[in-house]
Amino acid sequence: MIDLQLLALLLIPLLGGGLLAVFGSRSWAAELNSLMSFLTFAASVVLTVRVIDSGPQVAFSEQFFIDQFNVFLVALTAFVAFTTSLFSRPYMRIEQHHGKLTTGMLHLYYSMYQLFTFAMLIALTTNNMGIVWVAMEAATLTTVLLVSLYRTPASLEAAWKYFILCGVGIALALFGTILLYFAAERVLGQGGTALLWTHLNDVKGELEPTVLKLAFIFLLVGYGTKVGLVPLHSWLPDAHAEGPTPVSAVLSGLLLNVALCAVVRSKVLVDGSLGNHFAGNLMMGFGLLSVLVASFSLFRQKDIKRMFAYSSIEHMGLITFAFGMGGPVATFAGMLHMTVHSLTKSAIFFAVGHAVQKVGTQQMDSIRGMLQVSPTVGWGLALGTFAILGMPPFGVFASEFLIITTAMHEYPWATPILLVSLGVAFAAIFGKMQPIVFGETTAKPLPHPPALVPVFVHLLLVLMLGLYMPPYLADWYRQAAALLG
Amino acid sequence: MHIPFTLQFINLLAALLLLVSFAMLAQRRILSLVNLFAWQGALLALSTFIVAYSSNQHHLYYSAGLTLLLKVLLLPWLLHRLMRKLNVRWDVETLINIPTTMLFGIALVIFAFNLAAPISQLAEGITRGLIGIALACVLLSLLMMLTRRKAVTQVVAFLSLENGLFFAATSATQGMPLVVELGIALDVLVATFIFGIFFFQIRETFDSLDIGHMEKLKDD
Amino acid sequence: MENYDLIFAILFQLAQLVVVVLAAPLLTGWVNQCQAWLQNRSGAGVLQPYRVLHKLFHKDAVIAHNASPLFRVTPYIVFGCMWLAAAIIPIIAVDLPFSQAADVIALVGVFAVARVFISLAAMDIGTAFGSLGARREMLVSFLAEPALLMVLFTASMISHSTQLPRIVETLAHHQFVLYPSLAFAALAFIIVLLAENARIPVDNPSTHLELTMIHEAMILEYSARHLALIEWASSLKLFAYISIGIALFVPHGIAEVGHWAGLPLGIVLLLLKLMLAGAGLAVLETVMAKMRIFRAPEFLGTAFLLAVLGLLIHFLLGA
Repeated sequence: MIDLQLLALLLIPLLGGGLLAVFGSRSWAAELNSLMSFLTFAASVVLTVRVIDSGPQVAFSEQFFIDQFNVFLVALTAFVAFTTSLFSRPYMRIEQHHGKLTTGMLHLYYSMYQLFTFAMLIALTTNNMGIVWVAMEAATLTTVLLVSLYRTPASLEAAWKYFILCGVGIALALFGTILLYFAAERVLGQGGTALLWTHLNDVKGELEPTVLKLAFIFLLVGYGTKVGLVPLHSWLPDAHAEGPTPVSAVLSGLLLNVALCAVVRSKVLVDGSLGNHFAGNLMMGFGLLSVLVASFSLFRQKDIKRMFAYSSIEHMGLITFAFGMGGPVATFAGMLHMTVHSLTKSAIFFAVGHAVQKVGTQQMDSIRGMLQVSPTVGWGLALGTFAILGMPPFGVFASEFLIITTAMHEYPWATPILLVSLGVAFAAIFGKMQPIVFGETTAKPLPHPPALVPVFVHLLLVLMLGLYMPPYLADWYRQAAALLG
Repeated sequence: MHIPFTLQFINLLAALLLLVSFAMLAQRRILSLVNLFAWQGALLALSTFIVAYSSNQHHLYYSAGLTLLLKVLLLPWLLHRLMRKLNVRWDVETLINIPTTMLFGIALVIFAFNLAAPISQLAEGITRGLIGIALACVLLSLLMMLTRRKAVTQVVAFLSLENGLFFAATSATQGMPLVVELGIALDVLVATFIFGIFFFQIRETFDSLDIGHMEKLKDD
Repeated sequence: MENYDLIFAILFQLAQLVVVVLAAPLLTGWVNQCQAWLQNRSGAGVLQPYRVLHKLFHKDAVIAHNASPLFRVTPYIVFGCMWLAAAIIPIIAVDLPFSQAADVIALVGVFAVARVFISLAAMDIGTAFGSLGARREMLVSFLAEPALLMVLFTASMISHSTQLPRIVETLAHHQFVLYPSLAFAALAFIIVLLAENARIPVDNPSTHLELTMIHEAMILEYSARHLALIEWASSLKLFAYISIGIALFVPHGIAEVGHWAGLPLGIVLLLLKLMLAGAGLAVLETVMAKMRIFRAPEFLGTAFLLAVLGLLIHFLLGA
């Protein structure tokens, strides 16, 4: 049964990719894209319910493994992928109307979008650390042509940087995986089982610590490039700023999470082998550095999408820090923050995308008075900004609060750094967004009505998570946090 | 201490692999660079074959065959074709002059060997020291990627980086599970095609394959 | 019995001293003859260097007015150094009395002494060419010497000794093992050999073109017996270098002390190796083009790189 459910989850986006590769230039391609994404989401819901009810499962002769932790990311991924597909339907039409995109480019976009979802879902659900790597690389390959979709010099540069940097990063991760296998085959013997995470998890105490230490450094640096951890982040703002907005939304909201999931999986093994806090310390260090550097970089940004890309680095740093601290509360907070950040950040990108379409530029100096142009876009931006800055009723506040209080308990020295960074980020983003939302404007209306339902759905969810967390959900997250230790 | 001849031979191949990495780092002509890359692939295929023979792992024969097909024949052929089509045969321009790069390279090798030393002590028999050499090859390719300006060279560096990884996978650990190896091979192949698409897009947009044109995106 | 051994050892040593000094020009002649054949010339014969030496020794020496005593003694010092160097390398047999005293570092030192004197002498007269040659010679040797030391160290690491006889003994009387590190060292050594002996592609021994010459520029002021000694010393140097190469990389078959039975085979093998090495050198010089002097540092850098790589690989692989 689990086999079938998993098969559905994985085959639907693959099928979608195939279908859209054929029919991608038809007029109904956008609807097909949304439909396939919706079906994927439905499959993920079925799978999630199943896993929460009956605990971790393996499928297809142990090649796939689903527990509460990754099923949570599966559900989140499928959901945001679905809402982004809803958003991209009118957004891409407007871009086409503006003459920025041709039908051929849209064709590429739709088929790659589905394949990207497929790659991410494989990376999340596979039990094989080698396949994690293959799927992560596939996720890069499917998005790299999307980043350069506009074929402008800047977008080409961004895509090239993205490709090369992530290619190098992911190569280092492969070296880490090889080292992991090297250590594992001494315990588990030759053959296919030595890379299966469940098997590794069973014998993690026997794995050679010196090798695992080195392996983790490579894995963290490698997948960390993809997460966008400082100092390996330089591809991220470029790719987010120059790619189409839906791509920015899924990169920021999903891909970074998936990469972080791979890091967390490795951390569990390394912790078990080393028996000390080496991996956690490393992650905390990278996380803090990212938070600090990203929040101070926010001030210098002039491009609105770049600014929110840096904000993504900041939040990924925060999540990495939370997972680095470890323990049930911090891990819980990290997962919650992952959820609310994905929802909020994609909502912001949706709103920003439409705002940019109205004004015709991404330069923040030229975007003014969104509330006047379109109250929905304006309010979307305003609320999204409030949410991402961690204002109280929103879920981001809850998770940040949890992270900081845990840090106060466990690592008091880190608290001032976190507080200063968050304060700086607040000042930077708030100062820049205020005139964008409330100022005077001269912008013209759009040729197609914008799709802002996803924005408000996301923000509503984030608000709900901030005010009231359903016991079912809290229980689920707690179980997942307990699994990670 | 008696070491079996196959192991000695693999050690020799590993050393040659490192030498080819250095030669690539020192190479000024793109055409020779691609040829060196093909040689690297050949050494890789040979070492994989010997590991397969000596450890009696049948799936490594497929790996060796795959390497031979992909790295020695297909990819160099594709790169040659690309270069003919794009008409790039010029000398490689480097950001740092070659002797300095070489010194950096030696430092990297020492670093890699140091890093791998504890692992080498763990490994028994066939794998001793090979991880260090593989790591050195990986780092040298990284260095090449950093110091070169042309898109084609960066791609060759990327592919040779992958060679180093593959060497680590086959010789040091006697082969990853086949499904992983196939996945890696597929990714590399797709990556090369995407690189090819990129070359055309970059040249269309910038009228050149010099990465130097692509340093406009800054934080300001 | 022990006295008996010692006497034989001394005999061997004396034999080597005599053979080396007499045979060195022959090797140079052989290399030149091979080159001639490769270039489709008939050549002057392998005995030509002897004729040149004979001619030079029967001429009257002309010395510049402002030459200091240093200029006069340099040929003798250089010749002595080279002879000494050739004497302590185990060429015919291992474990000669002289070679006990000196190890590879001393060997490099002996070469360095000769180089210092010849450079000083070149600048002594104060001609432009002399200084130019000396400067270039120093540039080349400044780069070649560390590479040579690295090569020797690699070999020393394998045999745990810097004594040449010990190295030869370890490598020659050992089960056959592939040493990747030694392969690298051998490549580096060939480059050093080309550079130190003023061969193509670093220098051209048979030209007097001012733009390219290094060694010839330094000895331009010498004539007659002084020039003869220096030429002879050059032959000895080439002989010494090739012998070092043979000792380090293909020592198999060398005779041990007091082994009458091993001696004929050893000599035959040695002759064969020398002939092959000379022919190989001729081939190398024929197929390569003289490089610009400014490219020489890069060329020698490669040698250094190879030698260091060999050393590192030895550390890592233990082979």
